[in-house]
Amino acid sequence: MGCGMGKSEVRLKKCERVTNSVPAIRAALLIQRWYRQYVARLEMRRRCTWNIFQSIEYAGEQDQIKLYNFFDFLMHHFTPASSERSLISHIFRVNEICRDAEWEKYFCYESIEVPDSYTGPRLTFPMTFCGVSKVVQAFKHKQQLHARYVLQLLRETWRLLRILTNISHVSTCHTKEITICGDLHGHLEDLLLIFYKNGLPSSEKPYVFNGDFVDRGKNSLEILLILFGFLLVYPNDVHLNRGNHEDHIVNLRYGFTKEVLGKYRVHGKKILNLLQKIFSWLPLATVIDHKVLIVHGGISATTDLNAIARVDRHKYVSALRPPKPTHYAADGCKTQAMGSNHREASGPAEGRRRVCSLTHHSSPPAQRSDLPRRSLHNLPMGSLLSWSVEEELKRRRRLAGFDQSYGELQRSDTESGATAETDEHEWKQIVDVLWSDPMPQNGCIPNEVRGGGCYWGPDVTEEVLGRHNLQLLIRSHECKQDGYEFCHNRRVLTIFSASNYYEMGSNRGAYIRMGPDLVPHFIQYQASQACRELTLRQSVGWTERSALRALREQLFVHKSDLISAFQEFDPNNTGKISLSHWASATESVLKLGLPWRVLRPQLVSSTQYGIVDYQMWIRELSITEPKLQISDTSILETMYKNHSNLETIFRVIDTDHSGSISFEEFRQTWRLLCSHLKTEISDEAIADLAHSIDFNKDGSIDINEFMEAFRLVDLSAHA
Amino acid sequence: MAGRKQSADVHQKIRAAFDAFDYEANSTVDVREIGTIIYSLGCFPSQKDLHDFIAKVEEDHTGYIHLDKFLPAMTKVLQEHKFPPISEDLLLQAFEALDKEKKDYLDPEELTKYMTQEGEPFTQEEMEEMLTALADHRNQIHYKDVVSQMTIKPDK
Repeated sequence: MGCGMGKSEVRLKKCERVTNSVPAIRAALLIQRWYRQYVARLEMRRRCTWNIFQSIEYAGEQDQIKLYNFFDFLMHHFTPASSERSLISHIFRVNEICRDAEWEKYFCYESIEVPDSYTGPRLTFPMTFCGVSKVVQAFKHKQQLHARYVLQLLRETWRLLRILTNISHVSTCHTKEITICGDLHGHLEDLLLIFYKNGLPSSEKPYVFNGDFVDRGKNSLEILLILFGFLLVYPNDVHLNRGNHEDHIVNLRYGFTKEVLGKYRVHGKKILNLLQKIFSWLPLATVIDHKVLIVHGGISATTDLNAIARVDRHKYVSALRPPKPTHYAADGCKTQAMGSNHREASGPAEGRRRVCSLTHHSSPPAQRSDLPRRSLHNLPMGSLLSWSVEEELKRRRRLAGFDQSYGELQRSDTESGATAETDEHEWKQIVDVLWSDPMPQNGCIPNEVRGGGCYWGPDVTEEVLGRHNLQLLIRSHECKQDGYEFCHNRRVLTIFSASNYYEMGSNRGAYIRMGPDLVPHFIQYQASQACRELTLRQSVGWTERSALRALREQLFVHKSDLISAFQEFDPNNTGKISLSHWASATESVLKLGLPWRVLRPQLVSSTQYGIVDYQMWIRELSITEPKLQISDTSILETMYKNHSNLETIFRVIDTDHSGSISFEEFRQTWRLLCSHLKTEISDEAIADLAHSIDFNKDGSIDINEFMEAFRLVDLSAHA
Repeated sequence: MAGRKQSADVHQKIRAAFDAFDYEANSTVDVREIGTIIYSLGCFPSQKDLHDFIAKVEEDHTGYIHLDKFLPAMTKVLQEHKFPPISEDLLLQAFEALDKEKKDYLDPEELTKYMTQEGEPFTQEEMEEMLTALADHRNQIHYKDVVSQMTIKPDK
């Protein structure tokens, strides 16, 4: 690109070269043109950055489901004598203390002494406005609430939640305006900012919090305690909806479990157990004036609020796990083998669909046809004949070993059919409202990217809202750059309250104020002071750099696969391939659906005339400074690639949450992961690894140290 | 052979930029995104240039543009260098032309006057954003610094 081609007068005209001065109007035109181009280039970069973060985030969620199904599969394929089974069985163990009186005893906090040296707030119950304000102030000053008060507060919360209905009904009479907040994800500064701008909850100031209070941010527990505190003081004016992260299995992976155990070393486990129960008792939806529905994820074609109102919501401790069927039989032999076309992992979709902004979508023109989505093109042939949701549900049921439940229950053919279907139907109702996402096309299809819930279209919105005589659906679950976004002809509104969710400057948060006219008004914000002063260019730059860092990490861990893919385009082994080949090979390995050619300048420095020296590039991505001397470098790569999975497994195996596991447990963990990945690693290599990690040579491995050792150090990352 | 490969590369480039805005994965983009796409390919059209381009490729006032029409039109634009970039020198001259008092910087009011009243005027939003981006802590636009910092080099 450039001027200076062609004839001289054309050149003159096109380049607008003037020798003396440029008159003001032409100057203005030039500057405007230049500036608009500049902004557009930034917008393109921002969009790519956004997509990077989203694709990595959603890829992670899918992994979680796969891992869970993998555990489930193992559970049903090992004999009771197998040691592997006992290692992972406790993740499926139903909370054995299921009777209320016993729960009360279990969470006896009276014996916990609060020392005089404790300077945090001392609470009395029943909770008062003063009490919860003290808690808010304490957290603002980074104090920690004593475990005794935490347990007491949680116990009171549990007692209250038990008497609430599945669907909270709210009315805007008395000209009250309601405030509705979306995902907070442990971002305490955002909650405090909302309270600062909007005021604390009270009977004059009702609030709805739409789920995902925990995980990712570092103050998930503080947020919960504050929200529960206000709930206790104003039970009729504070409404909490359950989100997909109010789930102990999800918490294992996304940081909440770690946070609690880190902050409360002695009582953390108790707190987590109580929270597991509390989450299952959180209401599932809120309805305002019988007209506005608020749920965390969304809906599906089969969503039925009457059915949701009737379920025993506390049966669903984790939405990822189908419920135990309610019939028991005398003997415990398994009757049904797994189906013949059983596959180990869920989520057959090879591609993924970017969840993108829907703001520009006005009424669709008549001639647009419903072309299939990209991700559906890559399904393995013959696995499913049609994408009906019922088929999908059956498959998941089979995979999850629904009929077998720990091998202790027997299904009699006559009795269990009806129960199974009811439970399955109920379960689907709940999973759909917690996990679904809207899509622009009509229809309702399984949400392969997340691994749970559906994608639903504008026709489903109309049908479901119409059926229930509602006018608006408010949901959260997806991060939005401006904190909120309409779709489906303004009938669906996404509200997201965690600002800077991906990185500093990535997005604003927002909350809704709504009066009796039921028209939503938005207030947007961004938590950090410094952030607001960043120019557009700077904030795009920051976010972009961390997105790129995350992406480079992903590229690193896949480097063996990348090299193989590149070599397919390089039969003569020259070490070089074209840019287009580089882009398709990278996409085929990473499957993130990113525009690689647009990203190329920031990822690959070694190009010349459209050719990539891929050997050099791969070397640039390598780890330097390995903290461990390990003989087999592919172990390092495999471990890093799966470090989230590995961490989850570790925490599951570390049953006493002590933070260290024995060599034998480590070896068995490793074996588990290898069979999940279908790779073979020798016992000797594993023993080597274990010994080198045991720095203090005491025969056990500290998990935190181990995880730290594998943090990636990227030479070519810009500072 | 080289020519064909070159145009294949050009097509790839155009498709990649187009895809970033193809939310429904059906080879169409909203017409309001076309400007961003064309700019991101290194072109510097004026608003009038954009309107003319869109008129040629839009699908009958539907508000959407299909890749089938966009690709050949955009290829032609790139191959003929229809909307060439503005050189730093020229840009500097343009700023200097607005700086009547020759003080080497512009006040926000001066810039606003020109940007919102002359040429292809900015909207208020565009103007506010430009001021945020270009004005320094003294609330002055030192255009020499701005131009050298913000000129994006085209990639190969």
